[in-house]
Amino acid sequence: MKITIETVEHVANLARLYLSEDEKAEMAKKLNSILEYMDKLNELDTTDVPPTAHIIPIKNVFREDVVKESLPREEALKNAPDKERGFFKVPRIIED
Amino acid sequence: MKLNELTIHEAHQLLLKREISAEELTKAVLDRIDRVEETIKAFLTVDREGALENSKKVDSEGDYSCALAGIPVAIKDNICTKDLKTTCASKMLANFIPPYDATVCEKLKAGKAIIIGKTNMDEFAMGSSTENSGFFVTRNPWDTERVPGGSSGGSAAAVAADECIFALGSDTGGSIRQPASHCGVVGLKPTYGRVSRYGLVAYASSLDQIGPITKDVTDCAIVLNAIAGWDEKDSTCANLPVPDFTESLVADVRGMKIGLPREYLGEGIDPDVREAIISAARTFEKLGAVCEEISLPHTEYALAAFYIIATAEASSNLARYDGIRYGVRARDYDDLLDLYKKTRSEGFGDEVKRRIMLGTYALSSGYYEAYYLKAQKVRTLVKRDFDQAFEKYDIIIAPTAPTPAFKIGEKTDDPLKMYMSDVCTIPVNMAGLPAISIPCGFSNGMPVGLQIIGKPFDEATILRAAYTFEQATDYRKKPAL
Repeated sequence: MKITIETVEHVANLARLYLSEDEKAEMAKKLNSILEYMDKLNELDTTDVPPTAHIIPIKNVFREDVVKESLPREEALKNAPDKERGFFKVPRIIED
Repeated sequence: MKLNELTIHEAHQLLLKREISAEELTKAVLDRIDRVEETIKAFLTVDREGALENSKKVDSEGDYSCALAGIPVAIKDNICTKDLKTTCASKMLANFIPPYDATVCEKLKAGKAIIIGKTNMDEFAMGSSTENSGFFVTRNPWDTERVPGGSSGGSAAAVAADECIFALGSDTGGSIRQPASHCGVVGLKPTYGRVSRYGLVAYASSLDQIGPITKDVTDCAIVLNAIAGWDEKDSTCANLPVPDFTESLVADVRGMKIGLPREYLGEGIDPDVREAIISAARTFEKLGAVCEEISLPHTEYALAAFYIIATAEASSNLARYDGIRYGVRARDYDDLLDLYKKTRSEGFGDEVKRRIMLGTYALSSGYYEAYYLKAQKVRTLVKRDFDQAFEKYDIIIAPTAPTPAFKIGEKTDDPLKMYMSDVCTIPVNMAGLPAISIPCGFSNGMPVGLQIIGKPFDEATILRAAYTFEQATDYRKKPAL
């Protein structure tokens, strides 16, 4: 068992997720079965194989630095769950 | 023939001759939706008023010279449509109304196509059956007890059920081709970089690609013409010339060299599917092509590597859903961290959470090299297999899916079993290649798809092979609904 309940809790925190006790057990079970299958990759010797992160060889794509119209503030805020006076509103994050 | 059953090219001719109007065509499609949607459930949103208004506008302008002018299209719900709800079939985005169009939608609108609605899918395109939709399950028009495939299941079902004239889908590991195969229609995943991804809600950015789902190969070429090309808004979009793909619609494969990889016909492939593919190879030979068995030895490792790479990219891409700028926000929370966690736990479904967890684990300290880096190296090996094959062959043919459409609920308890339904399509995304699925037979009344894989940016050759096969055979049928 690679994935213990403690690992699930650690990773869930990194991923910003809450899981109930039942969900943690189920997650551990399913992730273990998936990772067991992934171990198949260790059959391959990849010592001298370079990794492929991206399939087409384009690098450093730049465009001209030209001023263009951007999304109006009102439009950008339209889907915000909470907003005030033209800003996204979030809970207080700075202590007094 | 009813208007909603027309292909793009048939409807276009009638519009040009003024025998039908865009409004009549749009109404025919909307009527069909009214009649069958309760059974099929392909759409998350139907924009009745917008579609009718736009069709009237096209008629009043009276210029049908664009191939897509006045043609009703259904768009997968992970492609942004300005002022039209785009949910990715997730509760997280249940109320999201994009303030902009995806580049493909801008292009369709510029060509005067009529957006009729947004189609159901697996949440954030994570799934192979459309059962992972956060809202409801879509049914296969050929047998409503079966899945339409996924993740573009709504788009494929809508095309098969004539609830639109064509549709757009997205394909990360087979999500256009596999549902096209299961629903008996045509689906093309273009080369990575051929079509702009701007406005496509990201799942796995190095693998995602938008493409057409259509009733025949001719329509597929027409839609690819409309959506392909460089876009400054997508830095991964290739700045290469785009040929006129309708010029590939030539029924001639004489001398074409076709590879038939043995790894795609072995264990796990349904006998009826295998028979249909071998019979397709014989058809190509009769038409003058040369078919030879080949080997792509790393095929069996592609699936494992894919699910590491795709989930790693997904865990990063889906970090943006934090309940701050758009999407839903949890009702009660103590502080910012609690807000993030509650919002994400309530907004995402089980499979999305599982993939975020898997991807986060694969990228986390101590496991990055064992999983993510290893998978990227295996990706190189998968790509090299194809590179070598394409030194000798023009196209590769294989099944699109290992089995015909399975029963609803059959694979929902076992994620790995579900992942296996993409085993024939995933290697193509890993290598960034173009591939099309076209109907090539039936198994117990359910359609079987033939996958034709091409060299990078050589959609022209796979379209020509697909067109030749389609013209020589009679597998294009309609389901009895």
